[in-house]
Parts: sequence; structure tokens; C-alpha cells
Amino acid sequence: MVSYAPLAPAPASTVDARLALAEQLLACDSARGCARAVVEWLPAHAQALAAACVAREEPGARMTCLAARGLSEAQQAALAAWSDTDTAHPLADVLTQAVPRFFPKERAPLPSPGAQGLFAVPLGRAGSSPVGLLLVWASAPELPAEVAWVAGHAGPFLARQATSGPLAAGGAELFRRIIDAVTDPVLLTDLEGRPRLANARAEALLMASPDASHGRRRAVHLNQRVFSAAVASTASVGQSGVSWREVPLVDPVEGLDLLFELVSTRVYEPDGREAMVSVLRNVTDLGRATQALGESYRRLRATEREARSERHRLDRVLDSVADPIILSDPSGVTVMMNEPAERLFSLPPEGGRAAQRRVRSNHATFVSFLANVLDTGGSPRWRGQLSLVDPTSGATLPVEAVASKVLGEGGELTGIVTLFQDRGEALEKARLLERLKEVSTLLEARVQVATAELAEQNEKLRRQAIQLEQASAAKSQFLANMSHEFRTPLNAILGYTNMLLQGVSGELSAPQKRNLTRIDSNGRHLLEVINEILDITRIEAGRMPLHLSDFVIPELLQEVMAEMDPIIARSKLTVTTHLGARLPPVHSDRQKVKQVVLNLLSNALKFTHEGVVKVVAEYQPSSSMLTICVEDTGIGIAPADQEKIFEDFQQVDSSPTRAYGGTGLGLSICRRLADMLGGRVTLQSTQGQGSAFTLHFPRRPRRT
Amino acid sequence: MTNPSPNLQPLVLVVDDYDDAREMYAEYLEFSGFRVAQARNGQEALDQAFALTPDIILMDLSLPIIDGWEATRRLKNDARTSTIPVVALTGHAMTGQSDEAKGAGCDSFVTKPCLPDELVAEVRTILARRGGAAIR
Repeated sequence: MVSYAPLAPAPASTVDARLALAEQLLACDSARGCARAVVEWLPAHAQALAAACVAREEPGARMTCLAARGLSEAQQAALAAWSDTDTAHPLADVLTQAVPRFFPKERAPLPSPGAQGLFAVPLGRAGSSPVGLLLVWASAPELPAEVAWVAGHAGPFLARQATSGPLAAGGAELFRRIIDAVTDPVLLTDLEGRPRLANARAEALLMASPDASHGRRRAVHLNQRVFSAAVASTASVGQSGVSWREVPLVDPVEGLDLLFELVSTRVYEPDGREAMVSVLRNVTDLGRATQALGESYRRLRATEREARSERHRLDRVLDSVADPIILSDPSGVTVMMNEPAERLFSLPPEGGRAAQRRVRSNHATFVSFLANVLDTGGSPRWRGQLSLVDPTSGATLPVEAVASKVLGEGGELTGIVTLFQDRGEALEKARLLERLKEVSTLLEARVQVATAELAEQNEKLRRQAIQLEQASAAKSQFLANMSHEFRTPLNAILGYTNMLLQGVSGELSAPQKRNLTRIDSNGRHLLEVINEILDITRIEAGRMPLHLSDFVIPELLQEVMAEMDPIIARSKLTVTTHLGARLPPVHSDRQKVKQVVLNLLSNALKFTHEGVVKVVAEYQPSSSMLTICVEDTGIGIAPADQEKIFEDFQQVDSSPTRAYGGTGLGLSICRRLADMLGGRVTLQSTQGQGSAFTLHFPRRPRRT
Repeated sequence: MTNPSPNLQPLVLVVDDYDDAREMYAEYLEFSGFRVAQARNGQEALDQAFALTPDIILMDLSLPIIDGWEATRRLKNDARTSTIPVVALTGHAMTGQSDEAKGAGCDSFVTKPCLPDELVAEVRTILARRGGAAIR
């Protein structure tokens, strides 16, 4: 508790003055009064020009000018403008060193006119750190003995009163009652936490009488240890002011866990020693509440985290949907949109004014669409066609928007989900379909026109066919009649010539015979022409039917050779026949085959002057075709004429002075007959080297 | 027309409306040793045939009054003349006429132009086929 140190013995020289001051000091009940007495006394008894007394109320605090004499207001204020922690301040140094020091006039921290220098003398209890300074401006650099005496005498007074204030004087009992009245435990401890003073509450918690139970003693012991450790660690931090800390203690009676808030303050005891004042506040309930609150927070955070991850997941799900989706709150404000929607309704990173305008336009479109949904009371869904714009490209995006109301459990509107579907493709399809229909209609119309035209043409053709048929029949009839009319006189011409040549009218002279022979030859040629024209007419009129029969080629060739024998004999050519191996019997029109071969052979004989004529018959099993080829070494046919010669009345040389006779109908008839047989006549020829005409015809006629 | 040695040579009735042809064949037949009677149309042919009962008849088919087919049909349907061979002569060479002629009862079919010697050869062939009935 508060204790009083003994005063130093007074010097004898100025005994009266010193005695007076000592009495004065004893009467003082405050540091300020004490200081004032000292400052008043010094100029009078110690030749001081001016004096001041500064002190601090607690460690680390600002210095206070308790009293001053001979100093201006400003100088007094300057005295207090530092604290003992300002190590740079020369006076702080003095305080720390605890040794008096003289500052010559030129280096004095505070100038004072007329003074040689400034003495700074530490004030305090002997053996403890000083609590203040006595500043004396003197005319000589020697410390006056009176100053040393005053400092030594007033120091303890000042120290005591500066730290304990007015309560220090004789209020111990009152003080005791006051602190016992405090409901919280209050203690004064040294810096290690050992209690020096404790109120009733603290004693109940931290002290036990020797007759207390073993459990209680243990609990108190434990509490003491925890509490001491807490205080010691607070003190070791070394900071001034108030510090807080939580301390878990045990209720020594109930054995319950308690949580206290420890509020510690560093103080100075009257003897100048540092001590700790600690107040313990029971925060057990608060701690539990805090704990519960913490738990709630933790749960809240977890829930929040879960919600966030859920939201994140939902975002990703929504973003993965290719169609834009917007979630709006009941008032129509957009709460969330997925990435495709952002592309439509947010400004693109490098979007200019145009993009900004487009986004705004999209927004306006969407807002007016949503207004519809909000206006319709009952309908849970609203569908609409919107024309949006691509913010980047400016292309029109026709979309179908479907807004669905999201209702809460009570049926109240909690949000609106809007889905956009690109209608571009559908519209394009519809457009194409429409175009297709148009084209189809057009086509149909054209087909109808064409069909009508075709019908008309068919009718025309039918009429033409009838006309042609009639004309053809008329032509055939005409030719048949003409043939008859030619034959009748020709019959007489040839008959009489024949008779004359046979000498029916008597013997003829050689020139007469020669001339008659010419008449006969010309008549026969004319007959040949008539017969061939008749053949063609019959073929064209379809009046040359096929007479199918079974026959063999060798026999047929033999017959041909026999018929041509007189001409062959006259020609001086070597005519040979070659029969291929395995010539099968043939089912065809024998007469027509024979006529073709005769024709080809007679042609070959006519156009060959020397060399050989070969007739080669072969069978091609792969195609079931027979070939009868008539080769010659005659004049040949130029490539340009090779097709022409098969036409009616065409000869290679059709000039009036031509070298070879003939109607020019032979090959034409051959081709027509071959055609009737289901075959054809081909030609290979080199001009000047010969020709090879081949009749190809099937072994059996194909059904037509 | 008159034959110096009647009943010795076969009698040929030549029926043709074209005088040159008819007379030409008649001349050559007589030159070849036959007796010849002539008719210018179907009716005459029938009259002559019934009157003379020739050994063979050369019948042109295109004839005035009664055509060759009809005349042949009547001859073949008459007991007096049904055995007399009829050689059809025609300038029409269209297919089917020979069949038609055979259908009418013709024994042979010759297309004009037919040289006199060829015709005589045909007559001889047919008469020879009839065997002993013909007189050489």
C-alpha cells in the first residue's frame, strides 16, 4: 500500500528558510501546490533568475508544467511540449540519466534573458526513476546548494503527489470499501502478476483461506497461475495505456468454466514502482454467445459458400445453354444472364458507339417484352417474337422469347426466366420453303403448258403420221403401178430382142446381133432398176415379211457361187469361199441372207479388176452372231464416202460419165434387209486397196 | 392361127390384154412348135377354153371384163376345163399375188418380164409333169 519515504536532513546554513519551505511542503496536498512553493522559494533563496517545475503524471505521458516563475506563457507552454519518450529532447535525457545537468546559454533548450545557463535537476524519490525536473535559470554555472537541497527535499513529495493524487492522503479505508463495492474483480499486481491488492470479488476468485477445501484451493491456484501469466505477458509488451485480453478461469465454488475479459493498466505506485491495475469482467455468457455467434457465422459462411458454388454451378449450366437466358426479379430488373445473353445485352469489350446503341436497343426491346409478362396477371408464360440486333455485327437476329414466371411457395412472383430462341434458321427455312413452293407452282404451270403443247404436237404428229402413212401407201401403190407399167413394155422389148437374137425372124448380121445385144443389156439394166425400186418399196411398205427357216451357211454359199458363176467366169478373178469352224445351223430368212450375199458379191466383182475376192463365213459364239464377209482387192472407198454409199441412189461416182453402172440401190437394200434380220452391214475399206463388206446377223432372230 | 398339123402339137391358150406381149408369146410358141390360141380378156379366155379345150393356159392376171384370178377360178370350177393347167403371168411382183393366184387355182406363177424362151421352158416343164396326157 501507500508508504511514505523519509525526508532528507536539511542543511543548517539557511535553516529558517528551509524550515519554512519544508512546512509549506508538508501542508501541500497536491503536486501543483508543492511545485508552486518550490518555484516561489528558489529565486528568493537560491539566486535563481527563473524557475519551473515540470512533471509527468504517468510513464510515457506528456510533461506538465506544474509551476513556473520568471517565464512567459509561451515559454511555459514550450516546457510541456515534450514527453519523456522523446529521447531526442535534451531534458528527456536528463530525466533518463537522473543526474543534474547544466545547459550553457547557447545550448539551452529554453532561452531566458540574463541567465548564464539552465540547470535541469531530476525530481523524484531516491532509488526510483525521476517523475519530473526542476529547471533553474542561473547567472553562474555552479549549481546553488539551495537548488540541490530543494530538489532532494521536494522530489519525494512531488513524486508521491504526482502519482497518487488527492486520494493518496488518508483515504485507504474509503478506497478499500470502494473497490470492494465493484462487482468485477479488481486487482493491483506487480508486473509479474502477483497480487498486492485485491477486492473481495478478486479474492474469491484468486485467493483461498487455509481452511478452504482442497478442490477450491486447487482451483484458486490454477486461476492464480493463469491470471499471473496473462498480466505478466501484458506487462512485458510494455505498452502504456489500457490493454484487453481474455482469460479463462474456473469458478472455485461451482467448478464451472468462466471466461473473463482482463483489462490491465500500467500504473505507478506511490513509491514510484510500476504496477498493474487489472479489472476482470465476466464474459462467460458473452463468450458463449460469441461462440454461438461464431458458429452461426461459420454456418452462414458455409451456406453462403454452398450457395455461391451452387450459383456458380447454375451459372455454368446456364452458360452452357446455347440460347440466351435472362433471369429477372419481379420488378423486371435483370438479376442474372448467361453468356449468350451477355453477348446480346452487354457491351462487347471493344464495342464502339454503334455497339452501345445496339445493346441499348436490345435492352429496350426486352424491357417492353417483359412489361407484357408483368401486365398479364394469370398467364404463367408469355411468348413473343423479338427483333434483336447483334451488337458486334449489327445483323438482325429474329428470336422467339419465352418468359416463364417463377412462383414462390405462396404463389407469389419471385422472378421471371426468359429464354430466347434463334428464329433466323426457321425463318430462313420458311423463306426457302416458300420460294420452293413458288418455283414448284411455276414449274407446274410450265409443265401444264408443256403438256398442252405436247398434246397438241402429238395430235399434229398423229395427223402427220396418218397423212404420212397415207402418202406412203399412195407412194407404194404408185411405185407398184409404175413398176407394172414399166414391166409390161419392157417385157415386150426384152421378149422381142430375145426372139430376134434367137433367129426367130431369120438369121441376123453381126452388127445387127451386136446392136440387139446392147438393147437387151440396157433393157435388163432397166429391169434391175425396176426390181430394186420395187424391193425398197416393199420393204418400206412393210410388205416384205420374214420367212424364217432352218438352213446351213455352206449350202447357201454354194448356191450363191453357182448363180454368180457366169459372171465370175467372165471376170477372170479368183473367187474363194472360207468357212469358219463350227458353223451352226441358222434359223433366219434364207432368201434375204442370200440376196445380201449376192448383192455384196456382185458389187465386189464389179469393182475389182484383178486380184481375189474372198467370201468368209464365221460364227461368234459369244454374241451368237454370224458374219459373212466379202473381201475384194478392188478400187476401195474413201473414208468420206463410206457412209454415203449405203444411202438410196448413191454411188461414189455419180457423174454422167461414171465408169461403173448400177442403180445405187444395192447397198441400200442390203442395209435394209440386214436390219430386217436383226443384223447390220459394215464396211472396212482403203482406197485403192480393196474393201471388205460384212453382213452380221443373229443365229436366231431376236424377239422384237 | 391355123395350125398345119392340128392335134399333133399341144394347144396353148395365151390370155393377155397387152397385144405386143400376147402376140410375142404366141409367135415364139408357134416358133417353138406349139399350137396357139389367143384371148384378150377373161371372158374371151373362158369362151376359148370351153370351145377349144387347150392343153395349157397362160393367164395374165390383170385383165379387163373378167380378171385372170376370176377366170382361173371359173375354169377350175368347170368340169370341162378343171384339169387344164393354168400358168399365171403377172407384171405385179408384190408379195401375196402368187399366193392369191395359187388360191385361185393357178398351177404355176411367172413374173413378167419373162423372156419367151423361159416361158416356153416353163410350159414344157408343166406339160411334161402332166405325163402322157401331153403330146410331144
